[in-house]
Amino acid sequence: MEPLPLQVETKRKLHVLSYASTKKRSDYLWAYIMIAPTMIGLFVFYLWPMLQTFYFSFTEWGAFGTYEWIGLKNYTRMLSDVNLLQSFKNTGIYILFTVPLGIFLSILVAVLLNQKIKGTTIYRTLYFLPVITMPAAIAMVWKWLYNSDFGLLNYLLSFIGIEGPQWLTNPNIALYSIIAVAIWSGIGYNMVIFLSGLQGIPKTYYEAAEMDGAGPVTMFFKITLPLLSPVIFFVSIMSLIGAFQFFDLIFMMISKSSTALENTQSIVYLFYQHAFVLNDKGYAAAIAVLLLVVILIITVIQMALQKKWVHYD
Amino acid sequence: MQKSIQFVRSKTFLIHFILIMGSIVMLFPFIWMILTSLKTYAESIQVPPVMIPEDFQWKNYQEVFTLLPFFKFMMNTFIITVLRTAGQLFLCSLAAYAFARIVFPGRNLLFVLALSVLMVPGQVFLLPQYMIMVKLGWLNTLQAVVVPGLFSAFGTFLLRQFFMGLPKELEEAARLDGCNHFQIYWRIMLPLAKPGLIALGIFTILWSWNELMWPMIVNSSPEAMTLAVGLSSLQGQYGTNYPILMAGSFLAVLPMLLLFIILQKQFIEGIAITGGK
Repeated sequence: MEPLPLQVETKRKLHVLSYASTKKRSDYLWAYIMIAPTMIGLFVFYLWPMLQTFYFSFTEWGAFGTYEWIGLKNYTRMLSDVNLLQSFKNTGIYILFTVPLGIFLSILVAVLLNQKIKGTTIYRTLYFLPVITMPAAIAMVWKWLYNSDFGLLNYLLSFIGIEGPQWLTNPNIALYSIIAVAIWSGIGYNMVIFLSGLQGIPKTYYEAAEMDGAGPVTMFFKITLPLLSPVIFFVSIMSLIGAFQFFDLIFMMISKSSTALENTQSIVYLFYQHAFVLNDKGYAAAIAVLLLVVILIITVIQMALQKKWVHYD
Repeated sequence: MQKSIQFVRSKTFLIHFILIMGSIVMLFPFIWMILTSLKTYAESIQVPPVMIPEDFQWKNYQEVFTLLPFFKFMMNTFIITVLRTAGQLFLCSLAAYAFARIVFPGRNLLFVLALSVLMVPGQVFLLPQYMIMVKLGWLNTLQAVVVPGLFSAFGTFLLRQFFMGLPKELEEAARLDGCNHFQIYWRIMLPLAKPGLIALGIFTILWSWNELMWPMIVNSSPEAMTLAVGLSSLQGQYGTNYPILMAGSFLAVLPMLLLFIILQKQFIEGIAITGGK
């Protein structure tokens, strides 16, 4: 007996459906297999530790890795911790100088390199060199340049009749000496990002402005800056987060016994001290949590502020 | 004569002038590093400073290797860098493909979880990570640096962006030919995501090679120490012997310098990819 047309249709549909669902199921299976290694790794080494750090921030540690719950004590302790407040201040000063100055200088270099001149590749390479260089090595050579007795910097200053300061041991100056090195080493990285942003600005805008008789300065403020603002926003968030985690240069350039240590140590430096030198792990965890909270707050503020000055077209 | 005066007053001259001054500031510490590394100790602390050493003390470089297990440090750093980079490229691209191209239950939740790692400063993970290493008995082993470094939220995010941009038609054609997702990923998508892979690879190489804090925490014995940590210990032990310190520093940065010279275009593009776009 010939099946009715309707039956054929239904059968075919059912067949297609079951085919689709096995196909779908094998899709799911593949997806889970493919994300499994990374997700398990992220969970074991990052997500779970994140929760543990929150937990540890409410504990106090004993000598043999034992710890006990002490509630909010680590957090209340922070309020009267002079070192922590000082490290916040240091980190703040560090951010205040490296982020705006770093961005200003890297935009300047990017704008200059975006002109039609010879040798841009060479310049770009030279400015980029510090970016690929190990911070430990950068710290070492600058320490030598800064040396107040035999260093080149003070020798050069003596030519113009200035007696150079104790760059790294004077508590009032040391932080700024490190800031200079940090700016020096970061210009190349941001410059590359700005350069790619600049190259995305259509030439026709400038041509039109030129017809209207606009000079280079007007063009910079009326065209370049607004169109570059999304990139500036991105770079400023990234530099800010990076600056909050400032550690390597301080660790390498300021000796543990230096009188300038107090005035240079960053939040992360203090975290490192408490976690791995003083074995005060509960307090260290609380510092890490505080750092996270501060970074989140500032990122949220920046996100809110961006509406006022970032132009997306 | 007239022409050269014009040039000096021109805009181009001003631009070159500023850029050259900047270049000197950028380059000089490296030149000083190399020059100092070839001086005798006496020359290095002479006042006024000696610019060009009288005769080059190549043996300073030899000294670095005899004073410290410097070769061991180099090999450790090299092995860690290669394994981390290869591992990240494979694992991140695998996860990134699934997140970008397959719709599966829980996808968004899992992706948000991965992203949350990206937003959090590294110090938040450090203590428990250290304790995991203690529990596993991995302190002073290379895997203590390699294994946590195999997983990257950043890499997964970056490559997912890449896979999302690839055309759907290729995938559909491959499916009609009976390819499964792994085959599509491996044969079709991976080759197309090359710029993203190169960018991630370069970042991972740079980070692994230059990283200080984590390797310092988990590997303090010379057997498993990395170059960055070795340099900081070199500073502790030979704190005043700057020619040796500079020779060590230069040797530590040389591989990245060479890599940069060879892959310059990819370095710059990689940063542009992750940054502006």
